[in-house]
Amino acid sequence: MPSRLSTWLGPLPFGQIFLFAGVLAIFALFGSNTVDSMQRTGLSPGFGFLFHQANFEIGETVLPYSAGDTYARALAAGLANTIKVAIVGCVLATVLGVALGIARLSGNLLLATFVHTYVELLRNTPLLLQLFLWSAIIHALPPPRGAYVFLESVYLSNRGVHVPSVSLQGLSWAIWLPAILLTAYASLSLARRLLTGSTFYIPKAAMTVLGSLVVCYLALTSFGLAATIDLPAKGGFNIKGGLSLTPEFFALLIGLVVNASASISDIVRSGIQSVKSGQWEAARALGLKPAQIMRLVVLPQALRVITPLMISSFLDLTKNSSLAVAIGYPDIVSVANTTANTTGQALEAICIIAAVYLTLSLSVSALMNLYNRRIVLRGEARR
Amino acid sequence: MQRNSIGSRFFTKAFAVTAALTAALIASSALAGETLDKIKARGLIKVGVGTTPGYFTPDSSGRWQGFFVDFGRALAVTVFNDAEKVEFTNSSPQQRLPALQSGEFDILLSGVTQTVTRAFKLGFHFGPVVFYDGQGLLVRKDLGVAKGEELDGATIGVQSGTTGELNIADFFRKTGKAFTPVTIEETGEFLKALDSGRVDALTQDATDLAAKRTQLSKPDDYVLLPERLSKEPLAPAIRAGDDQWLEIVNWTVYATIQAEEFGITQKNVDSFLTSEDPGIKRFLGVDPSLGEAIGLDPKFAYNIVKAVGNYGEIFDRNVGKGTPLNFDRGYNQPWTAGGLLYSPPFR
Repeated sequence: MPSRLSTWLGPLPFGQIFLFAGVLAIFALFGSNTVDSMQRTGLSPGFGFLFHQANFEIGETVLPYSAGDTYARALAAGLANTIKVAIVGCVLATVLGVALGIARLSGNLLLATFVHTYVELLRNTPLLLQLFLWSAIIHALPPPRGAYVFLESVYLSNRGVHVPSVSLQGLSWAIWLPAILLTAYASLSLARRLLTGSTFYIPKAAMTVLGSLVVCYLALTSFGLAATIDLPAKGGFNIKGGLSLTPEFFALLIGLVVNASASISDIVRSGIQSVKSGQWEAARALGLKPAQIMRLVVLPQALRVITPLMISSFLDLTKNSSLAVAIGYPDIVSVANTTANTTGQALEAICIIAAVYLTLSLSVSALMNLYNRRIVLRGEARR
Repeated sequence: MQRNSIGSRFFTKAFAVTAALTAALIASSALAGETLDKIKARGLIKVGVGTTPGYFTPDSSGRWQGFFVDFGRALAVTVFNDAEKVEFTNSSPQQRLPALQSGEFDILLSGVTQTVTRAFKLGFHFGPVVFYDGQGLLVRKDLGVAKGEELDGATIGVQSGTTGELNIADFFRKTGKAFTPVTIEETGEFLKALDSGRVDALTQDATDLAAKRTQLSKPDDYVLLPERLSKEPLAPAIRAGDDQWLEIVNWTVYATIQAEEFGITQKNVDSFLTSEDPGIKRFLGVDPSLGEAIGLDPKFAYNIVKAVGNYGEIFDRNVGKGTPLNFDRGYNQPWTAGGLLYSPPFR
């Protein structure tokens, strides 16, 4: 048994060492060249600028930010914007993609052909072009004064979508976070019961959901809290109040979701087709209805093929969100670019962007791998 | 085993080639000399510009025209005595500074505002200011807004990478009002944002907005507010650390300004060759001592005026009265006429 070192060195140890030293030398050269040219132009490398004041505004933020805060905070706000569009995008793309994948396999020729065309069209045109198209479509909506109004509360205009929002007064994290988590967990387990068809547990799960809602309500009232509904209304230059989705966010979200749904639908289709026809026949022989066969027999098995492929679709969507910069959504790339431009620390900004996407991608795949390990066939995981 | 060793031999060879190539590449970029040497070796000056009619725009035959473009041609005359030995490339405000820094351009003539940050922190030198501008607001008429302060709560389009992005934030912080920026990189999308009604106003250098207004689908629906939010001295930008190139840029611009002060134009320049005024003699290189001192063609100022004209002619031809932009000279006339243009003496 050769030692680890000798395995690593291989049959040509000197060649290997030479190669390794050479690669190191190249990086060292690049590094010193960069530092040299930065010094020549009077730039000092380093991340000290992160704590200086950033004197620009960001259009929309999840994290509170305003001009005068630090660059670090501005970048964090950009990152939060990226994460927001990535999470919402992944969820919606999955829902749409699964529906389309199943539709493509349906016996209905019109439906199947429609989905086929949809997938081919979206997979074979550049995403940037699609984003410009969505952006143009949304910009073509009427201005706020002539906004389309639905149910007196949802406004659709070229300033985006405005929906009513619920604002809670005097509420602290300590109360609403557990309440929301509890409700979410209860709803998830109810959904799972419904999906797996074990009707026996449904009443119990429904009780849990109801229970957690009651807890939420009690928490709200007993602590003297009040919830008010904020309706959007036309005012000033814009539609005010409520919760708004900006056209940039909306265009980016639609673009990413529609684009990713095309590849996800293909993944779902291939996953379903990978389930042997014997499974369908057996299920049919047991007297299950088509919808039940899909839900109870085919999808759980297809999931084993689908999940690993979905990881790469999610990663694509996350990384593609960097195209936001083209249509004016302030994501991490956009904020980092502005930072580079006002501070001159272009190299550092690029390093930050790279680190952010690396971290995001690795965490997404770590999470998905965790899930994958749970659903693989027993015994397969250890292979 | 055998396959393995063939593999590593292949990699060693491939690596050797890569290393040699990389070393050659790094050596060439490290050894490359001053900007002027590079320009002469290339036979061409590379100029970064933008796209705004009147300032820099290709005409129907693809030839670049405009106020800043003419200064690029004047530079080519100084260096090569040939107004055509210059290449113009469009670069967005976001990309132009890194592009200049990385050596893609020899000079930016894209309306860069001279600021202390750009000089000290970004490592740029600026030639003389060629255009004194101020940041303005282009708003829809039907908003009925007369002052920037009345735009409280408005959505304003800003172009990323410009001083405008910073000035507008300063302006609203100073006045204690709120606004929502929509930050757009690409110039076409920037304009579309106002045209489609996505934003209530655009902010940018006022004269640039005046030019952009003509590109909107209904220019008469929009008005440029008279207020100026900032000082925007637009100057040629070059990489810091090349004094020789900086002086060439400086004196090329000064030559156009000085020519106007002397009253020398493209048409009458030859008649001045026989002038007895020693100042004019030195300026036009009839007395060759000056040109020798700065290592240029002694007649470079004459050549510039002959090829592109004096400052006033460049202004009038591209943005002045009678052009679609119809700008007043304002600050952009010689100090003798009450403007800010002032050339140090050619002595």
